[in-house]
Amino acid sequence: MSQQLTGIGASAGIAIAKAFRLENPDLSVERQPITDVDAELSNFNAALETSKKELEVIRAKTKQDLGEEHAEIFSAHLLVLSDPELVDTIRNKVKDENVNAAFSLKEVAQQFITIFESMDNEYMKERAADIRDVSQRVLAHVLGKSIVSLAEINEEVVLLAEDLTPSDTAQLNKQFVKGFVTDIGGRTSHSAIMARSMEIPAVVGTKSITEQGENGVTVIVDGLEGTVILNPSEGELAFYRQKQADYEEQKKEWAKLVNEQTKTQDGHHVELAANIGTPNDLVGVKNNGAEGIGLYRTEFLYMDRTKLPTEEEQFDAYKKVVEEMNGKPVVIRTLDIGGDKELPYLDLPKEMNPFLGFRAIRLCLEKTDIFRTQLRALLRASAFGNLKIMFPMIATLQEYREAKAILEEERQSLVNAGTEVSNDIEIGIMVEIPSTAVMARQFAKEVDFFSIGTNDLIQYTMAADRMNEKVSYLYQPYNPAILTLVKMVIDASHAEGKWTGMCGEMAGDNIAIPLLLGLGLDEFSMSATSILPARSQLASLSKEAAKSLAEQALTMNTADEVKDLVESFLATTK
Amino acid sequence: MAEKNYKITADTGIHARPATQLVNKAGQFESEITLEYKGKSVNLKSIMGVMSLGVAQGAEVTIKAEGPDADQAMAGIDEVMKAGLSE
Repeated sequence: MSQQLTGIGASAGIAIAKAFRLENPDLSVERQPITDVDAELSNFNAALETSKKELEVIRAKTKQDLGEEHAEIFSAHLLVLSDPELVDTIRNKVKDENVNAAFSLKEVAQQFITIFESMDNEYMKERAADIRDVSQRVLAHVLGKSIVSLAEINEEVVLLAEDLTPSDTAQLNKQFVKGFVTDIGGRTSHSAIMARSMEIPAVVGTKSITEQGENGVTVIVDGLEGTVILNPSEGELAFYRQKQADYEEQKKEWAKLVNEQTKTQDGHHVELAANIGTPNDLVGVKNNGAEGIGLYRTEFLYMDRTKLPTEEEQFDAYKKVVEEMNGKPVVIRTLDIGGDKELPYLDLPKEMNPFLGFRAIRLCLEKTDIFRTQLRALLRASAFGNLKIMFPMIATLQEYREAKAILEEERQSLVNAGTEVSNDIEIGIMVEIPSTAVMARQFAKEVDFFSIGTNDLIQYTMAADRMNEKVSYLYQPYNPAILTLVKMVIDASHAEGKWTGMCGEMAGDNIAIPLLLGLGLDEFSMSATSILPARSQLASLSKEAAKSLAEQALTMNTADEVKDLVESFLATTK
Repeated sequence: MAEKNYKITADTGIHARPATQLVNKAGQFESEITLEYKGKSVNLKSIMGVMSLGVAQGAEVTIKAEGPDADQAMAGIDEVMKAGLSE
């Protein structure tokens, strides 16, 4: 019997393959006294040998499939398992202290992990992850549990997981992982964003996929609709194979637009830009013909690590992005941490209302050392391309002025030290707080551009937590209240000869696009994979017609009325 | 016992691949082989020991081998050193 689950379509496309459930075995161990040292040691030695054999296989396979470069990591893993400082120390601990091998292993490995993690060198820090990886493998064998590695997947699968961590997604091999489904997460969660940049169909937030999906059953992932079917019938399989083929066909049509200008039917140009999280996303940016980067989220540089990134690390990342974009605009947003994005090493107090709390620019203006380091890295990178700086969560002009003054101080000190810095960097703000949208006229005199962050603007305007499913009906991008705020911002920027972009999910939405075009939006920034569909849609729209559509939408009473209006408009332009 | 000093010229220092090669080579011999840098001495057969020294370009290091095959070990290490790590 087929079984259907509904979640959130996080990345478009259809995947059909066998289920592979990602489970992390329980590797907790406690210190236990032992009596038979020899038996304990031989169990440990056997676990070590098994792990080595597994790694040999993985290394050979990786070398064959992906080349020597990717296989090197496993050579390093193998060397760790032969390291006398690790292995002998563990054995001695078992012998000298009469303590179980699992505990000895965990303790000794942790000592090395701590040493490497505290080193002031990115390369060495990564080695800490290697040691953790390898020691967990051995530990699993000592405990008689099996461990799955994403890199070991060697047939086409759909991955089922509670959630995927950034390091999980980094290991995903697109050749075999055809799609994934998770229990938790939303369209803007990390795994969803990664899925879109890797162009893997994904459905997130199904709540119960890991409970219901058995290993090996056939799974259909429909990332377009957000549905998942387990054990599909012949009829369902046939239907989705057709849908998959149609979608691939449609993608080919879109692909023809990669090098085309974005132009409306009546010849108006708007800029279609991409949202990125790391320099790795540049591949998708190029493949999808983005005309710039409308939002570079710098948070990822700060996440999944134990301390702040250095100025050099940041400079390298920013420089790489602006250089590779080769003169095209790159809007880099300064650190937007706090809210749902925590940094354990900053040790920030827990808050009752994190989204209304100490986050983003509020945090940066208080912890100015963190802010200044980032600004210096950005200023230095500005010499290598078309870099623009954007401050997040600005609520008052005072905040903007303070942030800009700090930026100016850092710019002066770099210039005084003889460092090359571009002298025409545009400075803008995110508009995501209603007060700022309302005050857009005043802001427009002082900023160079606006970028509307719709995810937060909607949540703050409607007073509805976007992570709370009970109030998710209030997440209404087409609500005339939101459209009115968007219009105020755009009109204010144009009155001062400035421009307005949008970098929320709404910018890539096919119902919102005609409205935004009509309201006069200059730049649409979205997931790279949404760019070609948007370009194709814009080519079929007339700006004049969109303008009267938007005017009409502003007079509607509800979000649903607006949606109906746009849908009937789109039906007539087809 | 055999002993020799090297000045590291590789621009990455003793990281990644060169460290792997040194450790692999050292592992082929019975002798105890150590790498000394800035007053610290580590077992050259230990990848984590070697990497934890963080030997950078321009560093001066000493390698010592003691045991039945100390001379052969020294010659073997010397080969790896000359192939890109040191001059």
